[in-house]
Amino acid sequence: MITKVVMEALSPTMEEGRIAQWLKHEGDAVKSGDVLAEVETDKAIMELPARSDGILRKILVGDGATTAVGNLVAVIADADEDISGVVGNGGEKGEKGEEGEEGQTVAAPAAPAASAASAGGEAEGGRIKASPLARRMAGEQGVDLRRVDGSGPGGRIVKRDIAAAAAASAALPVGGAEGWEDVPLTQLRKTIARRLTQSLAPVPHFFLTSIVDMERAAEAREALNALGGEKISFNDIVAKTVAMALRQHRACNAWWQESTIRYFHDVHLGIAVAVDDGLITPVIRHADRKSLREIAIETRALAERARARKLAPEEYTGATFSLSNLGMFGIDAFTAVINPPEAGILAIGAITPTPVAHEGAVQVRRRMHLTMSCDHRVIDGATGARFLQTVRQMLEHPLALVW
Amino acid sequence: MSKTFDVIILGGGPAGYVCAIRSAQLGLQTAVIEREKLGGVCVNVGCIPSKALLHAAHVAHLVQHEAADLGITTGPVTLDYGVAMKRSRQVAEQNSKGVEFLMKKHKVTVIRGTGVLQTGRKIAVDKDVYVASKAVVIATGSRVKGVPQIGLDINKTTVISTDEALFLERAPTSVAIVGAGAVGMEFADIFNAFGSKVTLIEVLPRILPLEDADASATLARSYKKRGITVRAGVKVTGAKVAKTEVTLEVESNGKTESVTVEKVLMAAGRALNVEHNGFEAAGVKLTDRGFIQVDANLRTTADGVYAIGDVAGPPMLAHKGSREGVFVAEHIAGHTPHPIRYDNIPSVTYCHPEVASIGLTEEACKEQKLDYQVGKFPLTANGRARAANETDGFVKIIRDTKYSEILGAHIVAAHASEMIHELAVARENEYTVEEIELAVHAHPTLSEAIAEAALDSLGRVMHT
Repeated sequence: MITKVVMEALSPTMEEGRIAQWLKHEGDAVKSGDVLAEVETDKAIMELPARSDGILRKILVGDGATTAVGNLVAVIADADEDISGVVGNGGEKGEKGEEGEEGQTVAAPAAPAASAASAGGEAEGGRIKASPLARRMAGEQGVDLRRVDGSGPGGRIVKRDIAAAAAASAALPVGGAEGWEDVPLTQLRKTIARRLTQSLAPVPHFFLTSIVDMERAAEAREALNALGGEKISFNDIVAKTVAMALRQHRACNAWWQESTIRYFHDVHLGIAVAVDDGLITPVIRHADRKSLREIAIETRALAERARARKLAPEEYTGATFSLSNLGMFGIDAFTAVINPPEAGILAIGAITPTPVAHEGAVQVRRRMHLTMSCDHRVIDGATGARFLQTVRQMLEHPLALVW
Repeated sequence: MSKTFDVIILGGGPAGYVCAIRSAQLGLQTAVIEREKLGGVCVNVGCIPSKALLHAAHVAHLVQHEAADLGITTGPVTLDYGVAMKRSRQVAEQNSKGVEFLMKKHKVTVIRGTGVLQTGRKIAVDKDVYVASKAVVIATGSRVKGVPQIGLDINKTTVISTDEALFLERAPTSVAIVGAGAVGMEFADIFNAFGSKVTLIEVLPRILPLEDADASATLARSYKKRGITVRAGVKVTGAKVAKTEVTLEVESNGKTESVTVEKVLMAAGRALNVEHNGFEAAGVKLTDRGFIQVDANLRTTADGVYAIGDVAGPPMLAHKGSREGVFVAEHIAGHTPHPIRYDNIPSVTYCHPEVASIGLTEEACKEQKLDYQVGKFPLTANGRARAANETDGFVKIIRDTKYSEILGAHIVAAHASEMIHELAVARENEYTVEEIELAVHAHPTLSEAIAEAALDSLGRVMHT
């Protein structure tokens, strides 16, 4: 008999557990009641017991990995029983990313859904299953097979997956018509969506923070402003940077639409503006294609019209991603609330001179906290992290903005 | 009487009986309803007996035209179609019995009679009603048809279909075959070998109109060499059907002429078995073309009713139906079956030489404005083909220029039907021409021509 071992709720408030250590190993005979693993919960180290007799055939979440309550962590079955229906070939799509090609155990990434979302064709440290045609197309089109979900037999990456991946990351046509692409939700994506929505309804937020060294951005700003004309603010620099980074990370430039995710080919940046009795988010359209100065001028104009309550509806709708800046209020760091259906918002903190280790010496450098709120149904941990990394790198090397 | 099964399949042809085996394998209580013989058209009056006759035709050809060159002296050769026919019947019988055995082995209940579908997954057979708790699968297939509009209704004596041709006691002195698709081509081959004067008539501009034009041209040449009158781009406009002969009026390039023959074999299209089975009343809708309307999972518009095989749409091929049978059984059992790639179903005509193809023809590549390269290797340059005196034919592979994807493959060869599967496997798994070529091909084989055609498409052919 096949018994699925799931992460149990070992404390009343436990939502996920970390496998501290497996006490039984694959191939060990286990009896109901035996302790299979030690699990670190939000409160303590607890024991995960076996609920049936048999052989511990497969461990799906390795030592040190964290997974949500209810997720499959191992399989107990008879010695010769076929467990591929449970562990492989789409049996438990949600756990797909945690399995290797030959089913070898790999450590699950830190957040449960992030683990579930890792690409299906990939086995970390294992072989990527892809057809020769798919490999060739991926090579020519610069598609990273590790980031492609395979839809072929056993999660194999096939031609249509590369076509979809290439379309999703296609370069933006400059001056092209407004465009988007409605990508049907994969089973995996639906599972992630359902799970996270249940746990953190209605929008499953998670947050990523990065501290950015703003010395060079500040120098650049001073130099630009010394040229005269419209003053460039730090907010403008961050806006331009984010818009350009979104071009490289289309996965973050998206709307959650329940049955589809809309990935935009254009970047329309919402910039939260505090008004008398609340807040409104005017939109810089095609922010990625505008110069820093254009963004500065347009932001100023939109903010003024916002405060004067003179924005037209099309001026505060249709954003694909938003920014919120409380730095001017001396807020070092904060988390912003996502404006659905957008999938992300970046919270900008104050730029604060801070003593830090820099090139082997303690220096006082201007630093800024960026905190990104992500809708986990759309953006996974690593996806958001990569985007934020790009933002940071561009801000720390502001010449990137003229690329 | 009422009896319940998990799955009831209407029709025991290659789609239905394979569906039954797979259902049973998956632990479902399965029944097949068959009004005639198990195995359907394929086993009884189609694929199998015609292959037995083609084998006889090939031997007839060898004995008369090749044996002497090989140092084999025969006495006067007499050809008796009736004897070949009887052997073909034995082969068909054996196969049908084989299907019966398979049904027993897999514990599939066979219900004899004509099933009439009712709402609520019920099927009436005479006075009995059978209930399918999970699904009904329609696999009623198709049948021969004439063209009554031009006076060519099948009368079973002078205007016949394959149903009669397969039971003739002697080959007709002269025969006109209307339709030069697979069936027409095969019977032209058979009757020609057994001494009939054969006229092959095709309304489209070339014989084997669905195959690559190169294949059509090769076969037209081969048939003419053997004395078959090949008339493509010719329309039958009328027919005078007498007791012992038929005079066809045919028109080409605005000119009308008449052809008088002993028999006319109708080999143009098939009629679907979708009437008299209660389908419409049970909520099973048809498409404009008369097929049963199905979704991507082969479900009809009636709840819990699937359709597979010929009734579910083209191509009307046994192997396509069988695969649909497997797909549907797995779907019913709650599995996620491998999706059927309808663009990767081999098409085979078993005449001599055989024609086998998969994927796009060169014409289709042109129409779709694809960027492609053609690799072609003639069998005259293949050692094995020369040794066996089977040099009529070629292997042609069409690849996408950029990624080398195999867009289509066309084989004309004595054993093309056996050779095509290398390319079917390759395409199913998205191998490119390079993977084909990299696999070592045994020498000497006809299949070497496949590797050479792959090389040729890359500009690196070796043996021409």
